[in-house]
Amino acid sequence: MSSTMATKPRRQTGVVVEQVVRQFGDRVVLDHLDLTIADEELVILLGPSGCGKSTLLRLLAGLDRPDGGRVEVPARRAIVFQADRLLPWQRVLRNVTLGLHGADAEQRARDVLAEVGLAGREKAWPKELSGGEAQRVSLARALVSEPELVLLDEPFAALDAITRLRMHDLVRALRTKHQAAMLLVTHDVDEAIALADRIVVMSNGRIGTSHEVHLTAADREASVAREELRARLLEDLGLAGQH
Amino acid sequence: MTELSLKAPFVTKVPDAESTGTREREVFLPRDARRRTPLSTLRERLRWPLGIYTTPVAILIAWEILARAGVVSKTYAPAPTAIVRSAADLWQQGVLGPDLAISLQRAGIGLAIGLTVGIVSGVLGGLLRSGEYLFNGLVQVLNTIPLLAVLPLMIVWFGIDELTKVLLISFGAGVPMYLNLFAAIRGVDQRLIEMARTTGAGTWRLVTRVLVPGALPGFLVGLRFSLAYSVLGLVAAETVNADKGLGFLITQGQTYLQTNQVFVGLVIYSLLGLLADQFVRALERVLLRWRPSYEAS
Repeated sequence: MSSTMATKPRRQTGVVVEQVVRQFGDRVVLDHLDLTIADEELVILLGPSGCGKSTLLRLLAGLDRPDGGRVEVPARRAIVFQADRLLPWQRVLRNVTLGLHGADAEQRARDVLAEVGLAGREKAWPKELSGGEAQRVSLARALVSEPELVLLDEPFAALDAITRLRMHDLVRALRTKHQAAMLLVTHDVDEAIALADRIVVMSNGRIGTSHEVHLTAADREASVAREELRARLLEDLGLAGQH
Repeated sequence: MTELSLKAPFVTKVPDAESTGTREREVFLPRDARRRTPLSTLRERLRWPLGIYTTPVAILIAWEILARAGVVSKTYAPAPTAIVRSAADLWQQGVLGPDLAISLQRAGIGLAIGLTVGIVSGVLGGLLRSGEYLFNGLVQVLNTIPLLAVLPLMIVWFGIDELTKVLLISFGAGVPMYLNLFAAIRGVDQRLIEMARTTGAGTWRLVTRVLVPGALPGFLVGLRFSLAYSVLGLVAAETVNADKGLGFLITQGQTYLQTNQVFVGLVIYSLLGLLADQFVRALERVLLRWRPSYEAS
């Protein structure tokens, strides 16, 4: 735990990861990895299963400590996990206010629930929600604390294709309201193209390639540039020629 | 009471005449499509009017008939009506009331001590590593000792007075409460604890909103065991040595071959057990509404 404040922060916001090493036994999962995320930037971390994406995210979340190197993140950060991780014994509203204090906590929670399209569902039990609704509650729970960094660990992987597209729209809408850096981990190339400011591809425990995405919403749907980007990403993932 | 019966869907088998005849087909229609005659409605109503009480009621009726016919001797098993009558008599004589009161008092005090010790040590053991080291080994050892085998030692230590009875009941109630509560707190989903920490919830929030509600189902299981074992301790303590109480009533009935009286004691013990069970069920209905198993969704 002493490693939390080992060195003085050099930046005020965003994410700085320098030469981070993390190994489990003999297996080196993160091998001197570098990554920076600017304020309000949405970075998508792309990679096949088991390449260390979630390990990196857990380091950024503070749920795990690096074996070497340095991780600097804002103190105000929130995580959306792959599973909704709602407390089944608390109603939706109390799930959102879990980490909140103060007299206006409930009102803030109501506001954020309305933003994710769940106004009027405050009194529902988690078991009464659909998968998409539950994930929207966990999104609300993350955003309600006004974090400077939101970490999303394959948040839509368990949702059906239609619900996932709706969630993408929601994320885009929320970005205009909440000024936060975001790191979204996924193995879905189309999801990456739909949302990213920048896509980084992980390989061999490091950030392999990085692609800035400057496409309009329409171009992300269908365009020549989109297909070129997709082809390059698949090549980075070692899947060229297969699709 | 929830309706649990599974009605067979209305199925009509239509043999496929076109093909070789081996390909049978099934047609599902709404249940209402079946022609409902007043007779069929009546039959459905009357099929199991007693539900799960069918067998107990049938046994009671058979017992009553056999006893009245003189097949079963009165000293072996008096008729159910005779047992009710002797319970009323005992109550009017002023025997049953005080006996029941003293038994309930013993059970109450014993439960209060046992549950307090069990819950406090269970919470400390579940939440703190040091609490686990302090209590867990001891309780695991105590758990291996049968409740009834402790009785002789307690009599040697504390005599044959109230203290022995109360302590035996609290021993019976405390051990299962500790074990279940400890397991329940440790069994709260680690991913939820991790999630709560990432939201910035402090230790107090973590305990009150995650650990305590999460451990509640296990706590109620512990409570159910505690109540059952405390009745067991009550019976054992009262049967071995008592000059008042339900156990005394039963022993006295046995001595004077008053089988009525023995049965009255047994019925009251079983009613106590049933009441305790209903109490925990009511608690579960209120406290565990969030559980998916409590209503279909």
